Amino acid sequence: MQSYTKYSPELEYVLRIADNSLIMGHRVSEWCGHGPVLEQDIALTNIALDLLGQSRMYLQYAAELMGGEETEDSLAFLRDAMQFRNCLLVERPNGDFAHTMVRSFLFDSFHYFFTKELLNSSDKRLKDIAEKSLKEITYHRKFSAEWTIRLGDGTEESHNRMQNAVDELWPYKGELTHPDSLDKKMAKKGVGVDLKKIEPMVGEFVGQIMDRAGLKTPQDVYMHRGGKEGTHSEHLGFILAEMQFMQRAYPGQKW
Amino acid sequence: MDKEKDWPLWEIFIRSRAGLNHKHVGSLHAADADMAIENARDVYTRRNEGISIWVVESKHITASNPEDSESLFEPADNKIYRHPTFYNLPDEVKHM
Repeated sequence: MQSYTKYSPELEYVLRIADNSLIMGHRVSEWCGHGPVLEQDIALTNIALDLLGQSRMYLQYAAELMGGEETEDSLAFLRDAMQFRNCLLVERPNGDFAHTMVRSFLFDSFHYFFTKELLNSSDKRLKDIAEKSLKEITYHRKFSAEWTIRLGDGTEESHNRMQNAVDELWPYKGELTHPDSLDKKMAKKGVGVDLKKIEPMVGEFVGQIMDRAGLKTPQDVYMHRGGKEGTHSEHLGFILAEMQFMQRAYPGQKW
Repeated sequence: MDKEKDWPLWEIFIRSRAGLNHKHVGSLHAADADMAIENARDVYTRRNEGISIWVVESKHITASNPEDSESLFEPADNKIYRHPTFYNLPDEVKHM
């Protein structure tokens, strides 16, 4: 394995996008076989597979940028937590169905506008992957937004569970659209997405759905950050322990 | 799950491509018609099976009674002249 301390800005940026889909996909896949009803079990598993497919395309690109022996598999299964660049929101535990739906709703709302903007990237590879992924993400956003409305505007219990989930996950929303120096640099180069530009779009969409769901938007919340730079919560370690087990126990194992 | 809290059952019909009929593919549970369409998309079209989905709540389907089978269907049994078996169909005519 190469040392990961020397990521180029481009590579760092591609890994951020790839790892969001990879870790989010893994989290959603944890519902496989545990969905509340068969129909939602399949729906969630489909979404997890979509996300995994997206992360593969980004990781293949990242591996090419790194050169050498690196592959999509080595990047997914042999990096340690500090070398991951996903935002903190996607590593939050599934909790109950409300937590999973709110996490998806916040992520999908961001992911949709982010990927739509990425269509304008001067990096043809990123643009192509964005184009391929956008239809899937459009469906993900519709799915999680509809569940947010149904459960927020459902029974007293479903509403309370949704509001709890919103209150708990809201502090992880800020990192998604808060640009750090790398985000700004890549946006300026025309490669990356201008997060300041999509922030109001994401906010408006989230606000609309929250209104229809009858959910209250938490005010003046401290926003956690760090995942994008590699500072993660303890949850990522547990995710990797499960996700990477096979490659760690049986190095080089193939399907 | 409490029976009363169970989601109703829906019958799912998929049109596999333009020009063909919607065909019954199975059933699933959903809280309402919108959810039934989304569930059908995930359960029945994940391998490219369809381009259009119909959903009908199962309780709206009236089925013939199996006990009436004799009177309903058997009279058609020996009327082969009702089938177009005596014509040669050109190969170009598909889906007859």
